[in-house]
Amino acid sequence: MTATRFLIPLFIFFGITVFLWKGLSLNPKEVPSPLIGKAAPEFTLPILNEFDARLSNSDMEGEVWLLNVFASWCGPCLVEHPILVNFAKTSDIPILGFNYKDKPQAAVQWLNRHGDPYERVVLDIDGRVGLDYGVYGVPETFLIDGRGFIRYKKIGPLTQADVSEDILPLIQELRQ
Amino acid sequence: MTPEIGHFAIILALCVAIAQAFFSLVGATRGYVNWMAVSRPSAYVLFFLTAFGFCCLVVSFLTNDFSVLNVASNSNSQLPWPYRLAASWGSHEGSLLLWVLMLSGWMAAVARFSKGVPKDMLSLILGVMAIVAIGFYSFLLLTSNPFDRLLPPAMDGRDLNPLLQDPGMVIHPPMLYMGYVGFSVVFAFAIAALISGRLDTTWARWSRPWTTIAWAFLTVGIALGSWWAYYELGWGGWWFWDPVENASFMPWLCGTALMHSLLVTEKRGSFKIWTVLLAIITFSLSLLGTFLVRSGVLTSVHAFATDPERGVFILGFLVFVVGSSLLLFAWRAPKVGLGGRFSLISRESALLANNVLLVVAAASVLLGTLYPLFLDALGFGKISVGPPYFDAVFVPIMVPAMFLMGIGPIARWKKSSVPELAVKLKWAFAIAVISALLMPFAMGDWSILVSFGLLMATWIALAGLVNLWTRLKQMSSGEDRTLLGSFLAIPNAYYGMLFAHWGVAVFIVGVTLVNGYEVEKDVKMSLGNTVTIGEYTIRLDALKDLKGPNYTGVEGSMAILVDGKEVDRMFPQKRLYTVQQMPMTEAAIDTGFTRDLYISLGEPLNDGSWVVRVYLKPFVDWIWGGAFLMALGGVLAVSDRRYRRASQDEENRGEKTASS
Repeated sequence: MTATRFLIPLFIFFGITVFLWKGLSLNPKEVPSPLIGKAAPEFTLPILNEFDARLSNSDMEGEVWLLNVFASWCGPCLVEHPILVNFAKTSDIPILGFNYKDKPQAAVQWLNRHGDPYERVVLDIDGRVGLDYGVYGVPETFLIDGRGFIRYKKIGPLTQADVSEDILPLIQELRQ
Repeated sequence: MTPEIGHFAIILALCVAIAQAFFSLVGATRGYVNWMAVSRPSAYVLFFLTAFGFCCLVVSFLTNDFSVLNVASNSNSQLPWPYRLAASWGSHEGSLLLWVLMLSGWMAAVARFSKGVPKDMLSLILGVMAIVAIGFYSFLLLTSNPFDRLLPPAMDGRDLNPLLQDPGMVIHPPMLYMGYVGFSVVFAFAIAALISGRLDTTWARWSRPWTTIAWAFLTVGIALGSWWAYYELGWGGWWFWDPVENASFMPWLCGTALMHSLLVTEKRGSFKIWTVLLAIITFSLSLLGTFLVRSGVLTSVHAFATDPERGVFILGFLVFVVGSSLLLFAWRAPKVGLGGRFSLISRESALLANNVLLVVAAASVLLGTLYPLFLDALGFGKISVGPPYFDAVFVPIMVPAMFLMGIGPIARWKKSSVPELAVKLKWAFAIAVISALLMPFAMGDWSILVSFGLLMATWIALAGLVNLWTRLKQMSSGEDRTLLGSFLAIPNAYYGMLFAHWGVAVFIVGVTLVNGYEVEKDVKMSLGNTVTIGEYTIRLDALKDLKGPNYTGVEGSMAILVDGKEVDRMFPQKRLYTVQQMPMTEAAIDTGFTRDLYISLGEPLNDGSWVVRVYLKPFVDWIWGGAFLMALGGVLAVSDRRYRRASQDEENRGEKTASS
């Protein structure tokens, strides 16, 4: 074989680098979602623990609500989970759980174990609706206003600071 | 004043690193002896300046100087002092300072302990490390200065993330970084060897202890992180395939391959190209890990405050370091000769196969970690890769590697034969199979996965014993020694190998049994209620309010009953950290040799009762025990006398210790 094969590692590395470079501008935390200020994508999905019932986002119209994307296989979800549970206890804003690419049975167990902050949980088993919402990594949280517009989006675990500095003031503003 | 002095020390350190890189590299390539002489003392100066700067930051944290931004954002006057100390490396800026401290520490160690390495070689090595150091010092000073002031000063700090307020977290980052950064040493050795063209067995012998010790640190670091996740996150998991965990695991896999590859290069002169490539890849993965964690291109639990500017800087640095190393590799590698030949059935083959498997495993982890990024960049939509992928791909790759672990150390160098191996190992294999089939019954429930896991573990353990026995017999028959004499005469490196391999066996036992037989219960408990798990009955006796230095909370008092008699008392807590208003679960864990009893308080319910999670986790501590055994193996191997001898007779050594 010729000496060019020794260049292969270099080529692979540069291939990866191109993606890393692109990844920087795709930065999930720095780039605000194009969905903010737009109408939340339509969905009609089965509800966890409610046989044959379906929920559509238009059912939530007139309310300010949170959509929280979670999955039982998601480690970071556990980090934000106590914050959600606490939020559900202290606020009257409904949180809709969006169970992403998960087994319903696993989700039930997970919620039993860690507490259930959700008003209801919809199931996006194949992740198709998640795609419409641009779900990148689980968890993600959306704040949707009474007209069905997305007003806030957080990728990654919510922190108490997100809740008290961003979400609560925004809710206050939206309710006026 | 203290932060400014620290800042100044780091600026000086950068200047020293620049001078060191210049004089060492130019001096070594041109052969200027007095230029080369700069490299060693400047490594000491660099370490001193960085340690001084680091101490300045620590002092700011300990004295609650909230006019320093870093202190104000990551500490609090109510925080106990050990955590204030740990908060020094709890932030992005602080952890980078820790990173450069480690790097300069490794440089000083190389300067101090490489007496046997020729001047020009040492000079090249330190020069390469100085270049890496320049990158990180500039990164620190330009984008992440830990000494930035906050004017006007804050009244009090925003407190350290409660997740990090834990003894495990105090030592986890330093251990992990020692490993990460430690691979820069073997990287520098490889680059120096490529530049000078001296890619030989001597080079491999110099590199080996550095690789092993860095690997041992990394092993402990990863194990501590996993252990922390187990008891601190409150739900008993120990590995999540999170991008940041993967970032530390990939260098570990490649580092493991590198250790084995270096062994072949030292003993047989083979695999030189492969070894040098592995050395480059291992350190590249350390750098890539830094990039992934710091730039925020991937979402993770460990997300530090991210900043695109930082991402661009590290990526640029990554391209420079890795790109130029691989270019150098492409240029020099074709001139490197092949080493000794070996047949298909030989120790070389076993080690080569093990190497390939480890690297493929690392590549599959890399793919899973970067896959969401690839697809997104190509416009194919956004996806997330979870544990289902990693479990499905990683385990099957590792299974043959585990099997080879039994054979490799027993196979002869150069040429071995299947019948010979079969004779040596048939009993080990038979006992492993029988016990793997029977042992699950002792646990109460037979399953194929458990049985298979136990087969791997007992196979590795028994093959190790057979190996030790064969070796003892050989030594006592050849040189007329008693068994005990031979036992003592065997070099530490050999025991290091055995311990590390047994560590893997112990680890597999832990993983297999905890996955197979873990019992968990979630129950609603009021005062006086009981729950039974395994042989234990747990009774909630009391709930009392808790007041810590920077948190409030509730502590449950649980009686543990066996056959109606109280054997123990456990106190799980639920804390609310007051500054960040963050609830935390402090699980109560009764650690045992064969099982952990794990109780954590979930959520309070309206009627005053609590959701309580109880787990019985058989053999879970073997997971970390195995990891520590592996690290101990590494330490034993490095303590081998042979590495401390200044000059050695190559041939003589090669013969005598060929099977270590």
